[in-house]
Order: sequence, then structure tokens, then C-alpha cells
Amino acid sequence: MEINIQKKVLEANETQADINRQFFKKHNTFVLNMMSSPGSGKTETLCRTLGKLMPGIRVGVIVGDICTTNDADRLEVTGARVTQINTDKFGGDCHLAANLILDSAQRLGCGDLDLLIVENIGNLVCPAEFDIGEDARVVVLSVTEGEDKPLKYPLMFRVADVAILNKIDLLPYLDFDAGLAVDNMKKVHPRLPVFEISAKTEEGFEPWLEWLKINVFEKTGTGL
Amino acid sequence: MHEMGIAQELVKIAIDSIPDDIENPKVEILNLKIGKLASVVEHSLTFCFEIIAKDTPLEDARLDIDFVPVTVHCKSCNNGWELTGPVFKCPFCEDGDVEMLTGREIEITSLELAD
Repeated sequence: MEINIQKKVLEANETQADINRQFFKKHNTFVLNMMSSPGSGKTETLCRTLGKLMPGIRVGVIVGDICTTNDADRLEVTGARVTQINTDKFGGDCHLAANLILDSAQRLGCGDLDLLIVENIGNLVCPAEFDIGEDARVVVLSVTEGEDKPLKYPLMFRVADVAILNKIDLLPYLDFDAGLAVDNMKKVHPRLPVFEISAKTEEGFEPWLEWLKINVFEKTGTGL
Repeated sequence: MHEMGIAQELVKIAIDSIPDDIENPKVEILNLKIGKLASVVEHSLTFCFEIIAKDTPLEDARLDIDFVPVTVHCKSCNNGWELTGPVFKCPFCEDGDVEMLTGREIEITSLELAD
């Protein structure tokens, strides 16, 4: 006997993501899901970004890692409200799912935040599959990785709304072809905005900050 | 990598779909639809499913996966085609306003019970 089902397997996650989205909409909080492979410089990019945005913009950060609070400790120095999710107690998951986000956001006192950044677990595969109720997704690629990463991990670059090419201060010392890396991102996602930055020197930061501020102000309804 | 979580959902959804009045149900086949761009590795999913399905009506059930091709549509020139690689630029008008129609599915379509 065949029983017809026709159901999305990740439906429970999508339902929770919609609940999260309604919650963030109610509080006028812009939510950014930041994803990359491990070691691309997400945390340093965030530390520098928060330094430029606060106190004018009220920022909270949810940091996902399998283990340790190292990233949260670094981010707390900026003065932002930070909470860490360790997924080892959930079986060492390689991504943050929607059900982990709402509790963390409430713990941060999300009600008066303008911007909530979720630093996802370093991984170019699984986080791309899981909607967490975010407004936008940013993928970070660094010049110490291969130029062909966008072609090897197309879903991640396809679902991203914006990309950062980080560590450009290292370009003089590497064989990395930044133009080729950007071309590969555009092959997967032709209209993807790409910001070439160095989190260390803050080169190229202005267009990235501008993009972020415009999106925050559109959501919060406040002026530039 | 997240196949364990997907396997858990598969088993949960399948068990919830079996009518209560069937005594000692035994699922033989679980039919799935998985897009080629979905981040699911078949042998990882099968491996995880075997672990999760143990001691449930799905123990020893086979996963029958229908892989869905990545199809896209160019909003600029209205052409549609099937992708054979990760390049999403429109080959007809060279524009990039291309939307994905299929290829990200992770769905259970049906299950087949033993008589």
C-alpha cells in the first residue's frame, strides 16, 4: 500500500524561520546571517564593523560555533551584546537552525536592537540550507582560500545577497587572482554585490558599511 | 553533514503519516525527491537513515531518491533551461536576472508499506 505524503523535510525549520521573521519584523530589527568557511575572518570583520556602527546603531550578535566561546569573547570587547551558541550539546551540528535563534535573540533583549548579526558556524555547505528568519545573507570568502570556491560551493554563493572578499591586504604576497574570484562569484550569482575589504587595515570598508546602514535604516524606519 | 538531522525528520514525518489503524506497519520504501543543488549526500543520508530508522516501522526500509535537475528561468529574455554546472548566467541574452525553478527540493513524496 502506498501512502501519499508530499511534504518538505525541512518544513519544521521553515515554519520556525517564519516565526522568527515575524518577531524581528515586530521589533524592527534587521537580521544578517553571516556565513563562510572557517578562518575567512568573519569575527575580525564583525569586530571592526561593530566599532564603526556603534553606538549610533544598536547591535547584537549571536555567535555559532561547535565549541568554545572564543569568538564571543572577542566580540564582547566591542561593547555589543553578544551571545554564544555551542552546538556540541546538539550533536555538534555544522549549522545554526531556526529553532536556536529566537531564544538567543530574546536572551540578548532583541526588542531594542536595530541590527542583529548571526555569525554562523564556519562551513560553506550546510548553513546555506537553513533559513533562520534573516533579512539578508552575507558570505565571506578570503584571499587565502581558492578562487574557485564559489564554483565548488554554488548553493552558498547562490543564496547570498551580498559577498565580502576579505584579507585583500595579503594580495601582494599571494598568487590569488581577486578578479577571477569575483568572476566566479558572478558566474554563480551574476548580480551579487561584492565588497573587497581587509578587516585588518579596514581598506574597502566604506561601501560595506554603507550597504549595511542603508539596510538597517530601511528596516528600522530611521533616517541616515 | 546535516544528513543526520534530515534523517531524523524523514523518520518523524513518515511515522506521522502512517494511519493509526494499521497494526505493526512495516515501511518497505520511502520515496524522496532531492534537488541536485540541495546539500544532501546520498550515501551519508542512507547511512544516517539506517541508524535512525532502527527499531521503528522504517527499519530496513529503502530510500528511493528521485534527483531533481536544476532548472532556471531568465526573467530578462524569458528563456528556460537546465543547468549542467554552477554557472547561472543566461546563455541567450547574457543577463544575470536568472531565477531557480527546481533543484533545491528535499521532500518526501510517499511511502510504501509491506502487505
